[in-house]
Amino acid sequence: MLNTYVPVLFLIGLAVFFAVFAVGVSHLLGPRRVNPVKASPYECGMITLGPTHQAVPIKYYIIAMLFLVFDLEVVFLYPWAIVFRKLGVFGFVEMMIFVFILLIGFIYVWKKGALEWE
Amino acid sequence: MTGSIFYWIAFVVTALAAVFAAVMVITRRNPIHSAMFLVLNFLCIAVLYLLLNAQFIAIIQVMIYAGAIMMLVIFVIMLLSVEEEERRRKIPVPLAQMLGMVLVFILFAQLIFGVVVKVLPGEQGEFSPERIAELGDVKTIAGLLFTKFLFPFEVASIILLVGIIGAVILSKKER
Amino acid sequence: MELFQVQVTMTDLLVIAPELALTGFALVILLMSAFARPERRGFLGYTALLGVVAAMVSLYWGIGVEASAFGGMVRIDPLSFFFKAMILLICLLIVLVSLGYAKREGIGFGEYYVLILFAAVGMMLMASGVNLLIIFLGLEVMSISIYILAGIMRDDTRSVEAAFKYFLLGAFASAFLLYGIALIYASTGTLDLAGIGRVLAEQSWISGRPILITGVALLTVGFGFKLALVPFHMWTPDVYEGAPTSITAFMATGVKAAGFAAFVRVFFYALPSLQAHWTQIMWILAVATMTVGNIIALSQSNIKRMLAYSSIAHAGYILVAFVAGNELGISGILFYLLAYVFMNIGAFTVVILLGKKGEENTLIGDYAGIGYHHPLLALAMAVFMFSLAGVPPTAGFMAKFYVFSAAVKADYYWLAVIGVLNSAVAAYYYLRVLIYMYFREPEREQAIGGFSPAAVLAIIISVWGVLQMGILPSAFLALARQSIQFLL
Repeated sequence: MLNTYVPVLFLIGLAVFFAVFAVGVSHLLGPRRVNPVKASPYECGMITLGPTHQAVPIKYYIIAMLFLVFDLEVVFLYPWAIVFRKLGVFGFVEMMIFVFILLIGFIYVWKKGALEWE
Repeated sequence: MTGSIFYWIAFVVTALAAVFAAVMVITRRNPIHSAMFLVLNFLCIAVLYLLLNAQFIAIIQVMIYAGAIMMLVIFVIMLLSVEEEERRRKIPVPLAQMLGMVLVFILFAQLIFGVVVKVLPGEQGEFSPERIAELGDVKTIAGLLFTKFLFPFEVASIILLVGIIGAVILSKKER
Repeated sequence: MELFQVQVTMTDLLVIAPELALTGFALVILLMSAFARPERRGFLGYTALLGVVAAMVSLYWGIGVEASAFGGMVRIDPLSFFFKAMILLICLLIVLVSLGYAKREGIGFGEYYVLILFAAVGMMLMASGVNLLIIFLGLEVMSISIYILAGIMRDDTRSVEAAFKYFLLGAFASAFLLYGIALIYASTGTLDLAGIGRVLAEQSWISGRPILITGVALLTVGFGFKLALVPFHMWTPDVYEGAPTSITAFMATGVKAAGFAAFVRVFFYALPSLQAHWTQIMWILAVATMTVGNIIALSQSNIKRMLAYSSIAHAGYILVAFVAGNELGISGILFYLLAYVFMNIGAFTVVILLGKKGEENTLIGDYAGIGYHHPLLALAMAVFMFSLAGVPPTAGFMAKFYVFSAAVKADYYWLAVIGVLNSAVAAYYYLRVLIYMYFREPEREQAIGGFSPAAVLAIIISVWGVLQMGILPSAFLALARQSIQFLL
């Protein structure tokens, strides 16, 4: 059973090796001539003043939150689709109730303008 | 398969990595670093699920936790001003923390003891690993979720709906 | 068991009829609040009221019925019937109180009522769930709704702080509870409460089952947070003070009722074979909760904070009955909770009526001279304070009487003595409110900020409840006894 994951493990190992190898080799072989201008954050731009961290507007958060909720809904849809034929009409009704409740949430979100980028 | 040496090596390596990542999450000063170690932790736990033969849960763990929830966490970190947290001085360990550590240690010792003496009696479920392997992991979960656990499943939609309402009214201007 | 074969019968739907009614109304109100123009949203509160009444009517079917639904996930029996009826009563009173209050504070939009109804759905699931999974999901539906409700006054920093504190600590508590459930599942192999009881009855030997003990301990911690038992009470005063007052009343009564419903169900239904073990822990929790709550309440100057500590103390009195664990004890829990619903919602309603926009006027000093300016309101407050203090002939006295006599009957003399001493201490801070109302000169003119006929109706119902349960308690006690008969 576990042997089926050996190729996956091999692939991960290969990916890690390639990343480490590429960075490592260029680090070892590449020429390095450091000077203050080159080390500044923006070599050809303005010198940064004050904290560089800027607070992101809250609208990103609400989009992320809504994405998460509907993402979870899709997670439930996947196993449902697998057994859909076996469950028959009953399973269909069941999932429609679930989707209907979230659909009401979706209509609410839409009407409230939470999806608008203002 | 649980007896194979390969299995144990995989388990020990992943479990140690998960614990290491968890410790890093709570000790880093920079919250973005913490978040990245949390991703590592989630990925390790996904591998642990794979070792338990729960492929579906493993995929969900990566998709929902390492994907969607981490995105939310990073947005929240970016919403807040991070600099202050970074500069804060080290706080001395107060009594409550010491007490907490003692309690966690007792809890941990209990669990270790429980696993070592292997007293896990009770009702044996009908879905043994062999049966699940025969039916297919996703199919077993789906079969149970939409029949035996259909009521909890519908309640879950209410929880999601309440989450939507909360996100909207707490962060959106009234109109 | 054959996979993919299931059917939902009429009985299944009847068992959860009140939950279905409330959910349906909540969805309708949510849609209406999205489509109705802001100035036309006044009727949404009345729709919520209609929903609660509809749920009460649909509960009527459950009188004296014992049936389980959805493969033994939820159950209607006298115990869940009693708690469901109590939760709907709480919900009715809170919606009545909110009609005027929410408008005054500018939170009267539809979502407020939607969340109250959803919280009530969660509470009822906790009360009727006989599977740890349903109890947990019910708790989450309730908690998430209430986190949001606590912070619904977004422009008030205290409200936001309350929501944030409650959310963070509540999330921890949920994690504890869930871990406890997982460990109990690991050691018994089932989530069904009756199944857990069966497994444990077969093997009463528990000293070699550390995982089960850890699970029960974590479960206790999780419930302890929700019920604000000492030492898990730290969040209570700040959250109760910051949340909108109507929601504070909802938390103090509804969450406690639902929490104790699940607590009683889990401990007396699934874990009775471990009673000798958990009683010792509950004993300590009861003493700590009563004493800490009462002593800190003595020094409070804000009435919402005082009532917060008082609610901690009352949870301690209820735990005394829990420790006693005999017939009078368990029915005493039910009786006490019902009495507490009336006196606590009544007291908070008076606080709401005397408050002003922006949660002002909630210091005990502000109550000086109320007795002369608003004699009827002050009289109602006096009744609630006497009841909270446990003075006859009020519901609070009878409730304490039953609880302490249950403790004496079960040979917990010291617990009863500590409880009585605590009530004596508590009388001081309840009666202080009366002294301010009747014997102090007002510092300034008092006007009622949020007068509404619905809130007055809520006060009348509460006064009636307090006096009825105090003067003629036997009918209520008989009801409580019937409700728990099948547990014994």
